[in-house]
Amino acid sequence: MSAVIIARHARTPAERFKDAAWVGFVALLLGIPMVGLTTVDQGGALTVQTRFGMLGAFVGASFVGRFIFRWIMDQVRNRRAAKPAVAKVDRTPQAIKVIGWAVLGASIALPIAFSENRYVIDTATTVLIYVMLGWGLNVVVGLAGLLDLGYVAFYAVGAYTYALLFSHFGWTFWEALPVAGAMAATFGILLGYPILRLRGDYLAIVTLGFGEIIRVILVNWTELSNGPNGIGSIPRPTLFGLPFDRNPTEGTQSFATFFGLEFSGMHRIIFLYYLILVLALLTNVFVSRLRKLPVGRAWEALREDEIACKAMGMNVTNVKLSAFAIGAMLGGFAGVFFAARQGFISPESFTFTESATILAIVVLGGMGSQLGVVLAALVLVLLPELGRNFSEYRMLLFGTAMVLIMVWKPSGLLASREPTIRLNKATAAGGQS
Amino acid sequence: MMLHMEGVHAHYGHIHALRGVDVTVQVGEIVTLIGANGAGKSTLMMSLFGKPGASSGRIVFDGEDITRVPSHLISRRGIAIVPEGRRIFPRMTVMENLLMGTAFADPANFNADIKRVYAMFPILEERAAQRAGTLSGGEQQMLAIGRALMSRPKLLLLDEPSLGLAPIYIKRIFQIIRELNTEHGMTVLLVEQNAHHALRCAHRGYVLQHGEIVLAGTGQELLASEEVRAAYLEGGH
Ligand SMILES: Nc1ncnc2c1ncn2[C@@H]1O[C@H](COP(=O)(O)OP(=O)(O)O)[C@@H](O)[C@H]1O
Ligand SMILES: [Mg+2]
Repeated sequence: MSAVIIARHARTPAERFKDAAWVGFVALLLGIPMVGLTTVDQGGALTVQTRFGMLGAFVGASFVGRFIFRWIMDQVRNRRAAKPAVAKVDRTPQAIKVIGWAVLGASIALPIAFSENRYVIDTATTVLIYVMLGWGLNVVVGLAGLLDLGYVAFYAVGAYTYALLFSHFGWTFWEALPVAGAMAATFGILLGYPILRLRGDYLAIVTLGFGEIIRVILVNWTELSNGPNGIGSIPRPTLFGLPFDRNPTEGTQSFATFFGLEFSGMHRIIFLYYLILVLALLTNVFVSRLRKLPVGRAWEALREDEIACKAMGMNVTNVKLSAFAIGAMLGGFAGVFFAARQGFISPESFTFTESATILAIVVLGGMGSQLGVVLAALVLVLLPELGRNFSEYRMLLFGTAMVLIMVWKPSGLLASREPTIRLNKATAAGGQS
Repeated sequence: MMLHMEGVHAHYGHIHALRGVDVTVQVGEIVTLIGANGAGKSTLMMSLFGKPGASSGRIVFDGEDITRVPSHLISRRGIAIVPEGRRIFPRMTVMENLLMGTAFADPANFNADIKRVYAMFPILEERAAQRAGTLSGGEQQMLAIGRALMSRPKLLLLDEPSLGLAPIYIKRIFQIIRELNTEHGMTVLLVEQNAHHALRCAHRGYVLQHGEIVLAGTGQELLASEEVRAAYLEGGH
């Protein structure tokens, strides 16, 4: 029985009233144990007390809220339906290009505008890490359509590879970066093999398990990873060998002395920001290029229809493994940056919540859209930050925002897909495909 | 002889879907395979691709035994399939779909091939930049055929191309199949439930029942046969 009306246009006030009353009733049922009853500590003994006033307010708010929400939704829908159906010229691709360049310009200018504001630049760096992770996962989820709930594992592999290479062999950031990427890619293939035959929910569950296994190994294999205590004093990246130290060791230069600047802690913060910006941009260029190559098109075809791909003579195994490997490699790069930025890593940083956040960025961004990932990363990182003032309600705020986005744009912020080949380029593409 | 299947059995777990079928397709022929729902027609076609593989028997294509050749290598040998339900890539454009048909083909042929497909299906050229999922059913079927042709196959397999199409498109599809055969010399193995159209279009036909070939003959013979009339044509078209 579904008294909650889901999709009809013209609604009478009586219908709206009934609809809201039904929601109020559900709120009442849920609210009796959750709101109406509370435990109070009375001289060491817990007693149950009723809070009928609070319960009434809760039910009332649900009723009124539903009534208003329904009404607004109807208004929006009617207005949309009333629009004359003129032939719409799809300007999305141009608009996306303009927004993309604007965002790029803003991100280059940001440290100049906020050169003294550490908080802003730190937060922007975090956003960029998530953008990079989102672009990496986008290969697996958005393009190849393989639902991966354990992406954080590759992030962890990258971070730990750098941390271990440094602590055992003294490798620097730049030396460790390619090795860590290769290591993560190897893990991607290792994970890929056993799950080649799985799809959808089953794939999601196994990848989720994989993410947890990596974390549990890191916690328990103390000799390798130093367990829950993590690995510390990981060196910061240098600029062509110039460190960002206040007191460089005798006979060497630091960034500040080399350029004859006064030492400032902000130099390093800004350098890290530009570093992740460059890494993220390289990721973007790399993935955008791949998308236009046969392998990228194969990923997308795989997302659309695996059986058809097989019938077309595609080696589905290789296509899947390449998606896993490249996605993992990009995650590994981001992990190295993360380790270098924090200077300290522990398994704590690589929990399922991270995987979920990255996946949310990809889905919210519109599965496969590069700019969508940027917008979604902004929303998902900044919202909890802005919500700090609301302390314990910030997750509530976060959840509400996610629900609203999904109501407003069910297929993500930017769902339109840019074709990989255009009409007038048919001749050119034929030569290289 | 282009294709020769000899005593082929195939299973899905415990289900014995093909029980020793013998099918032959000669160069330049249209051969049709008719039968009720669940008779094993799609299974027979997919067994050429090793999905499911033949558990016993032999499949010879173009003089070579392909019974154990991995699925993804079959199309390289010159067999292209238009799978049941079309299975185009809905979010990709029409042109990208055609491009996917050339996954392993020589890129040098791309321009010539796409021109040939566009000449055969002008609607695809008009809609080249459109998302394939927004085409009508009949247009999607043409796209699926066009995509299969992009790999320059020697043998074209069509699995129920008329399924779910409006009558006008059904006519058009069978007309296209005949054209492919007469004008381009394409050898076609056609699976159909629409026995009337299929038998009129084909040179020869087989009737499949519960995984076994129960009747074989020329299109005309089968059209005239009592059993076929009773089981597949009466009350039909
Ligand atoms: N993937 C599958 N798994 C198990 N049984 C299948 C599968 N595909 C088909 N079958 C069974 O095999 C038999 C033949 O099916 P199919 O070849 O699809 O018939 P047709 O194409 O003639 O309608 C049917 O009994 C069907 O239920
Ligand atoms: Mg079938």
